[in-house]
Formats: sequence, C-alpha cells, structure tokens
Amino acid sequence: MTGTAEPVAGTQEAQDWSSDEMMTIAAARALRDGQVCFVGIGLPSRAANLARRLHAPRLVLIYESGTVDTRPAELPLSIGDGVLADSALTVVSVPEIFNYWLQPGRIDVGFLSGAQIDRLGNINTTVIGEYDDPTVRLPGSGGAPEIASSCRQVIVVMRHRLRSFVEHVDFVTSVGHGTGPGDRERLGLRGAGPVRVITDLGVLEPDPETAELVLTALHPGVTVERVRAETGWPLQVAADLVFTAPPSTTELETLRSLRTVGEKEAS
Amino acid sequence: MAKIVPLPQAVSELVHDGDTVALEGFTHLIPFAAGHEIIRQHRRELTLVRMTPDLVYDQMIGAGCASKLVFSWGGNPGVGSLHRMRDALANGWPVPLEIEEHSHAGMANRYVAGASGLPFAVLRGYSGTDLPQHTKTVSTVQCPFTGERLAAVAALNPDVTIVHAQRADRDGNVQLWGITGVQKEAVLAARRSLVTVEEVVDELTPVPGAIVLPGWAIDAVATAPCGAAPSYAHGYYERDNAAYKAWDAISRDREAFLRWLRSIEEEAA
Repeated sequence: MTGTAEPVAGTQEAQDWSSDEMMTIAAARALRDGQVCFVGIGLPSRAANLARRLHAPRLVLIYESGTVDTRPAELPLSIGDGVLADSALTVVSVPEIFNYWLQPGRIDVGFLSGAQIDRLGNINTTVIGEYDDPTVRLPGSGGAPEIASSCRQVIVVMRHRLRSFVEHVDFVTSVGHGTGPGDRERLGLRGAGPVRVITDLGVLEPDPETAELVLTALHPGVTVERVRAETGWPLQVAADLVFTAPPSTTELETLRSLRTVGEKEAS
Repeated sequence: MAKIVPLPQAVSELVHDGDTVALEGFTHLIPFAAGHEIIRQHRRELTLVRMTPDLVYDQMIGAGCASKLVFSWGGNPGVGSLHRMRDALANGWPVPLEIEEHSHAGMANRYVAGASGLPFAVLRGYSGTDLPQHTKTVSTVQCPFTGERLAAVAALNPDVTIVHAQRADRDGNVQLWGITGVQKEAVLAARRSLVTVEEVVDELTPVPGAIVLPGWAIDAVATAPCGAAPSYAHGYYERDNAAYKAWDAISRDREAFLRWLRSIEEEAA
C-alpha cells in the first residue's frame, strides 16, 4: 500500500543507519521510474536524487529555477545551483516553469517539505504564531502553494516532531486537504493533494473517508506510541499498518555517496 | 539606447530615495555589486522587490536602505534564515520594514503583467491559502468565457530594475544565459533599468538558451566583473557556497554585521 516499505535495490540489510537516512530512503522508494517530479530543495531534493541513482534512472526532476530533467552529479545547495542548469535537458524562465509546466497539471509528483503540517495535510512555511507578530518568521511560500495545488499528487518529507505535526497549522501556505473531504474540489485545486507524508518515524496517508492523516507504516525500531507522542492530534493507525524494511546496503551506500556541491568528502 | 557608464554613476542617476527597486536574479546572476553600491550611496526608504530576497537584500535591509519588501521566498538558500530581515521585521532595526508577500507563481505573473503593459495577471493560485487575507495585491477574477473564478495579481512596475548579465556589446545589447529566472520580465516591467555585466565585448557570440535584451530597451549598462559574487555567473565563476554559509554568523549578530557594512562602505566600486 505505501510503496515505501520494501528496498528498491539490494537485498542485504544494512546496519547502523540513522532515522534521517531511513526517511530519505523511504521517500526515494516512493518515487517511480519515469515519473515527472517537481522537487523542493533540501530533504525532497536529496531523496529525489537518491531515487534517480537507485531504481528510477528515468525520473524527470524539475526545479522551480526552470531546470527541466536535470541530472546533477552533486546535490545542489540552492534551488538554482549551476549544476542543475549544466545537467538539464533544457532551462526555461521562471514564468514559464510555473505557467506552462506546473499550472496545467503536467507534473506527476510534487515533492515538498515544510515547517508545520496539520492533520489534513495543510503545510505552513510562512510564520509560527500570528502573521503580524510571529514568534518565528519562516522563508514564505516560494513555489510550494502552486506545486501543492497543481501537481497530480503531492508527497511530503518532514522530520516527525510534535512542534511540526500540529492539529491546525498557524498559517496555510500550501493547501493539503483544506478543511476536509471535497474542499480541494470546492477551491478549484486540480491535483489530488498530499497522498503520503514520509517522516523519520513512519508514513502517514490521508484516510479515504475523512482525509485525515493516519499512520500507515512504521520505520524499524519505532513504536506507535512514539509516533503518537510526536503528533499533535489523536493519531489513528491504519488497520493494515505495515513495517518499513530497513535500508539495504545498496540504498545506504548510495545515499552516503551523495555530496552537496562544495562539500568536502566525509572523513 | 543604453549608455555604458561606471556603476556609481548608474546607481546615482537611476536609483532615488523612495523608489521601488527590483534587483532580480534567481539564485544565479544576483546583482550583488549594484546592491552594494546602493548601500554605499545611502539610498533610503526603498521598496525592495525580489522573488527570492537572499543575502543581497538581507545586506540592504540591514544597512537601512529599505522601508518595504515585496517578495515570495526570503531565506539563505540551503542555509537558513535572513537574520537582518528578521531583525527589521521583529525589532525595527535599523528601521521598520513592511512586507508584501506572494507566492513565486504570483510574483512571476506580476512581472509578466508589468512587462506586458497589463494592469494584472491571471493564474491558478492562492486558492485556499491564507496569503490573500494579508496581501492586497491578490484578488480574484471571473473568467468571462467559462465563469471560472481565478486568482488575479496586480502588475509590478518597478521604478527601476537592476539585473546582472554575462556580457554586453558596445551598443549596450545584453546577453545572459544559464538560469535566466525572471530577469527579462523584470527589466521590461520597469520604468528604468540598469544591467551590470561581467564584460563588454565587441560581438555577442550566440549561446544556446541565451536571452538578449536589446540596448534600446535598457537605460544603462555598467561593467562589474564578479558583480554577481557570491552568487555565480554561468560560464564565468561558480557559486561560493561557503560565503552563503559564512553569512549566517555575520547576519545573526548586529556588531558582526556592522563590521561587514563598514568593509563594504570603505570598498571602492
């Protein structure tokens, strides 16, 4: 059901991996070869580039800087690093990437992260607290609101912490399932919205009836109680809860071989 | 026809206190040299417009050049927050800062409308988000053909747009390539425009994917070698990621920032 449970490459189970590595590998497993993916920077970018090196060599990566079908040898630090342009099939302008490529619904998967997500999958990257007097000012919208509305589906990658997984986000930057079932249609949002939230503890998916995020997979060594303790709403557990397979040695070695531009070899 | 002038003269003639100023460049070709010259000339009460205010706007805000910021993503890409921007918003240091916030798609379309001579642009966006409650330049419009309700965003027409490019010829025709962002639209939307370039050459050799801004559509061209550093100029130099990481510590601390500011003010353009 989740598509993140089984290794995509290699069968030998790896030892000594971190929860962040498990999250990135689970997120990479969620992408399919040949899909067209609009990639956010940070965790999504790392996972998408891992997928491209494992089971999805023909995964088409698009960044909001206008780089289409880019194949960076090293991970970009920013959304518009030179490696993205150098290795792209084509580079288009920013108005074009949003108007011609994202807006009409040509993109299969929007791959996002955020500072807060709520039980209905709405994402906040704007402020913590009140808009006019926030406790934390976050970077803002960027491309996320339209990625979340226009891609056929959205996959979210975030570390699972109580401050981030909240009953209601402080600010709706990007709409998930809005106020509940049918709200996306009412708002005129044409994509399906978040279909999966992959964290360092497990995987959440919207309940088909209520659109509420429920726990559908647990990563190795994680308990339901621990996930609940890090979730700000009474988290429901799917009847067919699955357990994520640990990283294979191939997955883990490939992930660890990824370097960010300008980063030195790990010693 | 663009005149080719020294950068201090171009900034002095084109950028005035109280202007709405856009320094564009999407990660690539960010006009840092021009931003630093604006700091040196002590411009004040600017409305700074930029999709991705990063270090150069953090520096200009910290230097007290801006009273308002119009933007869609404000951060140090891959590193963290803009602490001078946060300090201005939270504490009014060195001067209070007002914000007008959009999404990238909204900002890009605002420039498109401005460049096209239209009062607004239409897009599928903002629906269901909290931004329209806070941003007056977002509204909705009904399609006269289908009846569908769509987002409308007001055109952006900066008093002056500044971009950086790889090169210009001696007639002031400008060529830029790599990630071209929203620079063409930002220049064509503006009442006045300045392009800083790595070099002025006799002839613009065609480059795949390059855009060319005709000299007659620009007011001034100024040579500024390495004028986009620590961002990058495709084909000339790479992004200095270490400088972006190092900015975080400078930006967090007012004293460290003021030391940086003195170093910039003492530097001749």
